[in-house]
Amino acid sequence: MSADQTQLAFDWSCRILSDNGCGFPAPGLNSFLFKPLFTAGGFEFNKVMLLALVTTVLIVAFFWAAFGNAKVVPGKLQMVAEAGYDFVRRGIVYETLGKREGEKYVPFMVSLFFFIWIMNIWSVIPLAQFPVSSVIAFPMVLAAIVWIMWVSLTFKRHGFVGFFKNVTGYDKSLGAVLPLVMVIEFFSNLLVRPFTHAVRLFANMFAGHLMLVMFTVASWYLLNSYMIPAAGVSFVMTMAMILFELFVQAVQAYVFVLLACSYLQGALAEHH
Amino acid sequence: MIANLAQLAAEETEQNPLVPAGPELLVGTIAFAIVFFFFWKKLLPNINKVLEERRAAIEGGIEEADAMKVEAQSVLEQYKAQLAEARHEAARLRQEAQEQGATLIAEMRAEGQRQREEIVAAGHAQIEADRKTAAQTLRQDVGKLATDLAGKLVGESLEDHARQSRVIDRFLDELEEKAEAAR
Repeated sequence: MSADQTQLAFDWSCRILSDNGCGFPAPGLNSFLFKPLFTAGGFEFNKVMLLALVTTVLIVAFFWAAFGNAKVVPGKLQMVAEAGYDFVRRGIVYETLGKREGEKYVPFMVSLFFFIWIMNIWSVIPLAQFPVSSVIAFPMVLAAIVWIMWVSLTFKRHGFVGFFKNVTGYDKSLGAVLPLVMVIEFFSNLLVRPFTHAVRLFANMFAGHLMLVMFTVASWYLLNSYMIPAAGVSFVMTMAMILFELFVQAVQAYVFVLLACSYLQGALAEHH
Repeated sequence: MIANLAQLAAEETEQNPLVPAGPELLVGTIAFAIVFFFFWKKLLPNINKVLEERRAAIEGGIEEADAMKVEAQSVLEQYKAQLAEARHEAARLRQEAQEQGATLIAEMRAEGQRQREEIVAAGHAQIEADRKTAAQTLRQDVGKLATDLAGKLVGESLEDHARQSRVIDRFLDELEEKAEAAR
């Protein structure tokens, strides 16, 4: 990695209609690469990792403040935290897995939801301005954990043969197409699904970040001479995109957890 | 040229956003594990306990309120019954008093009537007695005067008193009969 690749190559003097001959510094993959903040024993610690750890600290601190000394008559903070907790517990887990089966997955799903949501929100926080989940490693870790939980749960519930029946969607009534269906289902469930699970989150955040950077950079780039109105349009678009991203961030966290629950639900179900 | 392309390709793979970097996988796992650990071991058991307590408190409160409502209802019923009874009693007493009063008035009226009649009767008797006495006295006096007068006129004492009396009585009876006839 060379130095100029590891940071957003942004030339402040580069403006439209200026005569230094530079073009629009379109954001690209370089927007997702960071110079290490420090290196310890060959381990390069960068901004994304820092944000991920700050996410952890923030979540634990917030919920510790809210639930650490929880009261029967809640304060404001506890009420807000309870609303969030209840949203995941009742709105997602109980809805898909049911109260009896779902109860033991509640801590995992609650962690998952808030972890992803806060990782996403960094996208619009000044100075951070980078969604941690737009780096594939983070969604991938989470999707992998869900996948492992799903596989082991299916084995536990249905045994070895049952596992394959479950995964391949074994259904005698399908007749001649059954082998084809089984192959497709096998690949779909076991290989494609964890990939799409991770990429869905990653791609949404990745694209959102690109859009934000694009309009932000353009607002600056267009801020010259008679193009200033265009810069204004770009700035308004930046604001609009921030609002839209706030929405997408929450929705993607919700979708990720909802899918995790529905995968587990598939494992709990009898042969489909 | 070829070296250039190879370098570009190398850069491409290095920048492939779908290939995760090892250190980031590690940090991601640790970061999530910490969050999960706290939620799992400390925070959610905490809040679940409190939520359960709250549920129990609310249910207890509702039960208590229900019990109190039932009690209040029964007390109200009791009071209503008592009130109705009291009203009934009062009405009965009033009725009774009215009846008693009416009887009393009637009795007193009858008594008064009776006393009036008694007095009137006594008066009549007295008058009658007086009249009789007066008549008796008058008869005796008139007899004596007539006798005296007759004795003086005849000049002899009418010795036979009894005969005298009979004559006088006969005379007076005749007078009375005449008076009766004249009336």
